[in-house]
Amino acid sequence: MKTFFALPRPNGPIRMAAIGIVVFGIGVFGTGRVLAQSAPSKNSKSIYAVLEEAPEKTRAKKNPFAGDPEAEAAGGKLFEQHCAECHGKRAGGTMHGANLLRDEVQLAPPGTLFWVLTNGVVRRGMPVWSKLPEPQRWQIVTYLKSLTSPGKSPQ
Amino acid sequence: MEFLMFRAQLAPRASDPLASTSFCGVFFSLLAVVVPGFAMSAQAQESPYIVTYDHYLEEPGSLEVEYFSTFGTQRAGNDFHAFWMEFEFGTTAWWTTEAYFDGQTTFNDSTIFTGFRVENRLRLLQREHLVNPVLYIEYEQTSAADKILKEVEGHDIESDYAPPNSVLRKEHDHELEMKLLLSSTLNGWNVALDPIATKNLSPTEPWEFAYAIGASRPLALKAKPNRCNFCPENVIAGVEMYGGLGDTQSFGLHDTSHYIAPVFAWNLPSDWTFRLSTGFGLNDNSHRLLLRWGLSREFSGFGAVLARLFGGRL
Repeated sequence: MKTFFALPRPNGPIRMAAIGIVVFGIGVFGTGRVLAQSAPSKNSKSIYAVLEEAPEKTRAKKNPFAGDPEAEAAGGKLFEQHCAECHGKRAGGTMHGANLLRDEVQLAPPGTLFWVLTNGVVRRGMPVWSKLPEPQRWQIVTYLKSLTSPGKSPQ
Repeated sequence: MEFLMFRAQLAPRASDPLASTSFCGVFFSLLAVVVPGFAMSAQAQESPYIVTYDHYLEEPGSLEVEYFSTFGTQRAGNDFHAFWMEFEFGTTAWWTTEAYFDGQTTFNDSTIFTGFRVENRLRLLQREHLVNPVLYIEYEQTSAADKILKEVEGHDIESDYAPPNSVLRKEHDHELEMKLLLSSTLNGWNVALDPIATKNLSPTEPWEFAYAIGASRPLALKAKPNRCNFCPENVIAGVEMYGGLGDTQSFGLHDTSHYIAPVFAWNLPSDWTFRLSTGFGLNDNSHRLLLRWGLSREFSGFGAVLARLFGGRL
């Protein structure tokens, strides 16, 4: 069979680089599609329902830093570094994360917030934060609890 | 005459653009600069491991761009500097996808691009447990000249890396690599154990086995109230150990290499993470020294930009 035209056959490294770019492109396209379809549905169960799932034992845990202004400041710093991206700089929520100033959160026991922070809400897009040591997670809880404490207007 | 021919083999081929130092430099620089150019930065608490994986995935929608170097000593051959770039993307809270691009310079020889890897990590359990399993699946297409030593498998030993690049690069590997990442965090300590199984997709090649194990802890568990570069909570120190366990035809420790490496990560408030690892070979089959360092930065908002491109509202 006569060949009318023939593409040059790329050598090994060029072929490898081309395949790499194609595979990475497919990955980016795929993840783009997944993300595009993952916008929260209006009919989905409230994100705050997860607070009810905290085991009784962890709900009863006491915050070792309750009322400690230094822990509150450290928690504010940690919140800004790790949480504000999704929950907003003032914890008021964004399209990606819940409003943490709502009563469901502010009236929840500190142990419940600690439990959510530790376990995340993986199916709803919140990663686990157990990579932060336990005292740092309690510092964040201290900060969250301070946001609507008496005599302090929400930031 | 034979000597002249050998020298000609060592020199990079002018007709092969990927064999030149300038090509590799431009390629890796472009990857580092262009990709994250339109996203915001965010600080994450990165682990200090370079070979071992813990169970923490990339935050959803974030892209982490990482550059790593490995300087390795080589008996009966030339020392080398291997380097790679990683693009780690958090697709969801339970799925991270990652692409690697590898290259190396062998001293008195040449600088070459050695291949790519694509991997996915899937979190198997939704909540935290004493041991948290994550499934790791990787496809890699590399040449035998790949020296990043991201994992040491089967009967990989130091002498495998001694021939010149012109010889090694002729052999191409297509491999499927699977790991079960088992990781636990308690009282500030993280302990991770990764059993590894690799199959060269050539039907005659056996399954190869390996392991990586690591332990690490931040220097301080409580955060300081002020923003600071040198706060001890920003520094995580630990140790990791990794090596081969043979293959299906000869499982065990004979003809395998093993390393132990103190590791260190410095998570800067300016969103950069610096990692350092000094690996020491534990037997005569291992490179005596693998000095590694890495620099990474996390960019949030990359996923939102990507989603908008495909009609999403994120």
